[in-house]
Amino acid sequence: MKTLRQRYIRDRIMVSLLIISTIIVLLPLLIIIFYVFVNGISALSWDFFTQELGSPGRAMQGRPTGLVHTIIGTLVVDSLALIFAVPIGIGAGIMLSEFPDHRLNPTLRVMNDTLNGMPAVLKGLLAFVLIVKPMGTFSGIAGGVALAFVMLPIVARSTESALMSIPWSIREAGLAIGLPRWRVINSTIIPAARFGLVTGMLIAFARAAGEAAPLLFTSFGNNYLSNHWTGMIFGPVDTLPQRLYSLAISPYSHWHEMGWAAAIVLLGFVIFSFLVARIATRQKFYT
Amino acid sequence: MEPDIVRENNTLKQTTTEHNKSFTDESEIRMQTRNLSVHYGSAIGVQDVTLPVYNNKVTALIGPSGCGKTTYLRALNRMHDLTRGTIVSGEVLLDGKNIYDPSIDPVIIRRRVGMVFQKPTPFPTMSIFDNVVAGLKLVGIRNKNLLNDVNERALRQAALFDEVKDRLDKPATSLSGGQQQRLSIARALAVEPEVLLMDEPTSSLDPQSTNRIEELIHTLKEQVTIIIVTHNMQQAGRVSDQTAFFYVGNLVETGETKTIFTNPKESRTEDYISGRFG
Amino acid sequence: MRAAFNIHLADLQQDLFTMAEMVTTAVNKSITALKNRDMEGARQIKSDDIFINNKRWEIEEKCISLIATQQPVATDLRELIAVQNIITELERMGDYASGIAGIVLKLGDVPLVKPLIDIPRMAEMAVEMLNRSLKAYAERDDKSARLICEQDDHIDELYHQVYRELLSIMIENPKTITTSTYLIWVSHNLERIADRVTNICERIIFLVTGEMVENVAKYE
Repeated sequence: MKTLRQRYIRDRIMVSLLIISTIIVLLPLLIIIFYVFVNGISALSWDFFTQELGSPGRAMQGRPTGLVHTIIGTLVVDSLALIFAVPIGIGAGIMLSEFPDHRLNPTLRVMNDTLNGMPAVLKGLLAFVLIVKPMGTFSGIAGGVALAFVMLPIVARSTESALMSIPWSIREAGLAIGLPRWRVINSTIIPAARFGLVTGMLIAFARAAGEAAPLLFTSFGNNYLSNHWTGMIFGPVDTLPQRLYSLAISPYSHWHEMGWAAAIVLLGFVIFSFLVARIATRQKFYT
Repeated sequence: MEPDIVRENNTLKQTTTEHNKSFTDESEIRMQTRNLSVHYGSAIGVQDVTLPVYNNKVTALIGPSGCGKTTYLRALNRMHDLTRGTIVSGEVLLDGKNIYDPSIDPVIIRRRVGMVFQKPTPFPTMSIFDNVVAGLKLVGIRNKNLLNDVNERALRQAALFDEVKDRLDKPATSLSGGQQQRLSIARALAVEPEVLLMDEPTSSLDPQSTNRIEELIHTLKEQVTIIIVTHNMQQAGRVSDQTAFFYVGNLVETGETKTIFTNPKESRTEDYISGRFG
Repeated sequence: MRAAFNIHLADLQQDLFTMAEMVTTAVNKSITALKNRDMEGARQIKSDDIFINNKRWEIEEKCISLIATQQPVATDLRELIAVQNIITELERMGDYASGIAGIVLKLGDVPLVKPLIDIPRMAEMAVEMLNRSLKAYAERDDKSARLICEQDDHIDELYHQVYRELLSIMIENPKTITTSTYLIWVSHNLERIADRVTNICERIIFLVTGEMVENVAKYE
């Protein structure tokens, strides 16, 4: 009877330790959210969401200033990144999953893993060399490409994973009724894996949305909103992570406050993307 | 109680009814293999199998695990094309033509030689209707009337129509295991194959569903030629007209089912059938 | 696979009835040949016996196949076993009819020592018993089957009667011994035929109830 009691107590201790560990892990997240919120809430105003930044003088003189161009710029650059990364990433994922015996695959896998492990700043450098130098200017496209390099390996990996989770027998069933290979993939496998694919895209998006380093010398930044939408694509454009950095190291206190506010928006953006991804995976299951 | 009596020259002759009409007639061969071998690298799947399969008859392939019967079956509709490193040699003749001829498109072969697998695999994102007509819809045939007709025909052939006719738009995964397997059969039949390959189709089903599918095979053979792999000998006895016994990659014996089960020629066949091994 | 099995079974029973028809024909013809002293007819009956034998093997082979490939149990199994036993009995009956035909040939033109009254009656009763037993088999009627067994006693009585009559004829007139003996053999064959029918009835009872009953004759 004594040992039963001991085991019971030990069990309870273990569970408590697990709970404590979980809390320790979650604590930094909660601290960040709290800190950012407390510091930045004061700068969140109507102006914040409708005005451009302008020169430091604006803030010092109390004239309306805000980060509308940054928010729009972030959306533009991130969308461009998605447009570049998704087709290529999904294509690579299909290649890896559906044609496992293909000669190219080992090379593809190595390249993907390397790209995944490369520091984001180097990806920015790659985009600088490939896009900025030839164009002669910083641009939204360059930023999009840099972020695409960040997204690509994630999309490819998760696509491969999602497709591999579909039992091989479905492919055989499709082939056995006389469907060509690509038809089987398009019409039976991809629809079945669609939630996994979307999740992968959303996670890649959320990851890339938070990257600042690659944007520093590709999209570079802009204190003003372009007159024409092409200006945002072919010229320098402001994005939240990069602007946050600039505001933080500036000497102006009002800009510091706006930096915190930008942090709130960025955090909200990233958390929102992850939440949507989570909800997407919770829907329809098939047996 | 009138017997078939024929008077010929004052003698009483008893005519037998059509039992035991031999089907080993050359002209009745639908599919056959000649010296078919399948290797995975150095491992041998099946070796040098020459076996005819007769039109509108059920041929059962039996043998212990690993004897190569499934490997053999999958060579008949070029499923081995998918796995690199599998070498198929010899000939598989469908209506006299070798299906491994380089000029022949395997996709077309797979429409003529359909396959049903051990686990029912309905396409998970499609309704019952879409599953049945997948072989047509996914290659571009959109004519609603045609699809409806094919759907009904195939489901009736698979003895499933009456059970699902009121819920054709429901997901295919809402059916029971036995129903899903019949759905897989309907799907295979929708493209009107000449031969239907069945790889242990009732292994994952309960006895009642198994019985239904066996009855189904009995009526189906009038429309398609059936080759069935089964590890259940009694099923082979109940269902087939011709039985082929495989052992360690070789075809040991083949013949009319009732002969194999009452008087097999090879002692290995007899041992397997009486349950002395495997 | 019940549908397929039932078809085979129905086929088998049809074959059984066919064989029974062949046997009744043979018995009736043999007595007719005896009455008419028809040598040609008798020869025909003897040579036709081979068809009865072949039919028996054909049906037996089918039974074995069905058992091997369909694994029948319970009633289905008893069905097949019953068929197998009945055809054996029928085949023996065919042999008896052939035996009677053989005696017709042996008797030749020799005048019969007594008018044929009881012997044809025995034949009639035996054939009637056989037909009734087949009807009982078709209808799975074990009660009728039991009643038929009782009729066997009548034939036994007739047999003993014929035997005593012929015996006294033989004692009176030793020259008639050969002919009388032949006639005794004929009636003996008919009595055996009736006995075989009771065996068939026992099989029918077994088929319907699962019980094995042994019919005890009044006269031993």
